[in-house]
Amino acid sequence: MTDTIQKTALHAVHQSLGAKMVPFAGFDMPVRYSSDLDEHHTVRKGVGVFDVSHMGEFWIMGPNALDLIQWVTSNDASKLTPGKVQYSCLPNGKGGIVDDLLVYCIGTEEYMLVVNASNIEKDWNWIQSQNRFGAKMENFSDNISLLAVQGPLAKQVIQKLTDVELDPIAYYNFTKGTVAGIENVIISNTGYTGAGGFELYVPNDKVEILWNALFSAGIPEGIKPIGLGARDTLRLEMGFCLYGNDIDDSTNPLEAGLGWITKFTKDFVDSDYLKKLKENGLSRKLVGFELIEKGIARGHYPVKNQEGEQIGMVTSGTISPSIGKSIGLAYVPVDLSKPGNRIFIDVRGRLLEAEVVSLPFYKS
Amino acid sequence: MTFPENLKYTPEHEWIRVEGNEAYVGISEFAQGELGDIVFVDINSVGQEIAKDGVFGSVEAVKTVSDLFLPVTGTILEVNPALNNAPELVNSDPYGEGWMVKISISDFGQLSGLMDSAAYKSLLGV
Repeated sequence: MTDTIQKTALHAVHQSLGAKMVPFAGFDMPVRYSSDLDEHHTVRKGVGVFDVSHMGEFWIMGPNALDLIQWVTSNDASKLTPGKVQYSCLPNGKGGIVDDLLVYCIGTEEYMLVVNASNIEKDWNWIQSQNRFGAKMENFSDNISLLAVQGPLAKQVIQKLTDVELDPIAYYNFTKGTVAGIENVIISNTGYTGAGGFELYVPNDKVEILWNALFSAGIPEGIKPIGLGARDTLRLEMGFCLYGNDIDDSTNPLEAGLGWITKFTKDFVDSDYLKKLKENGLSRKLVGFELIEKGIARGHYPVKNQEGEQIGMVTSGTISPSIGKSIGLAYVPVDLSKPGNRIFIDVRGRLLEAEVVSLPFYKS
Repeated sequence: MTFPENLKYTPEHEWIRVEGNEAYVGISEFAQGELGDIVFVDINSVGQEIAKDGVFGSVEAVKTVSDLFLPVTGTILEVNPALNNAPELVNSDPYGEGWMVKISISDFGQLSGLMDSAAYKSLLGV
């Protein structure tokens, strides 16, 4: 590990825009440019751009690439064909999760794994340790920048910059094409906001061109830069897990609600363990909740029963800018995990009543 | 950023404005900027005497929560009622309509230990 903080290729641009910069996952990142709430609403209603170049990108290549990916990830990557993306996770061999990630099928023997910035080194070492298949691995994390252009107007802004037809690119599909004169941009219909839009992967030395082109093209749509603050409220409204908060090396994918990306159609790290766990039943589950009493739950606040006994833990919490309610995710005992159940959150010494609700919190 | 000269400031970024035996307390423009959008001001200490640097409540921003510390020992007389429906006043007018509590001061001697505008600015390096 190194103590020096890393910067994305757009660091100076963020500073010139007056962004408040904070250390995040080893990078100096923009947390907000103007207001968390304004940026949140911009993405829900219009279009905003996130610099998420801190994310890591690994290439897995060669005739055994799929074998390695099938072994280290929980989802079934054999379903992927070129141009398709899959959400997945890396089980850690001890029942927990190394990271969650996106798997891009670039070609039959070429895959891109997109991992969390905080886990780049850990993931790389883990996958390498499992590579008895002889797949070729390359870490391009330091070379690739990523802009997430998100919101209902994202498509029409990007469309002004490319001849690639965006309409036919379905959710969790991608193509490569020229955007703003930059060749071979990965144009991916993905995101972490639930607001629609695309994620664009480009080399570091091209990202400022892309950024400037997006902001020029998006003037009529009121395009704005969006910080990590709004990214967190947007993802939480959708109930999307954040690694390090809601999932980590001590949580298993089934209790985290990631059963849908845990496919027992193949053998993978922890598949036997997880299969048994599924058969025997889980002890706890990650659920969404809304506070009934006024207050805001935050990560690590205890979940209690009416008698004040701790029965779980909040993993994420905020006030939802879109629905105006105090929302959160928490691990609770399975018998309390059904929507409608009442739990209590210990908010700084006060027990506030909350109701378990179905996800997502925000239904568009 | 502005730091009015008629206020005293704490290293925890509260301000206090003395009016006779009473005083108003809030957070500085710097503090509201660091916190971001304030969505809830949670103060349940009306009627209590709280010691200097004691917690009199908390302020919730979108991203974070922060304790509020009383600059001098005093009794909490009133919470700004406007903040109940408009906590964003702390962002838009931190020294005016965004005041948080009105207190009666127990020990006026403690005021001299607080920072004036110039000292607070130099603490912030602005």
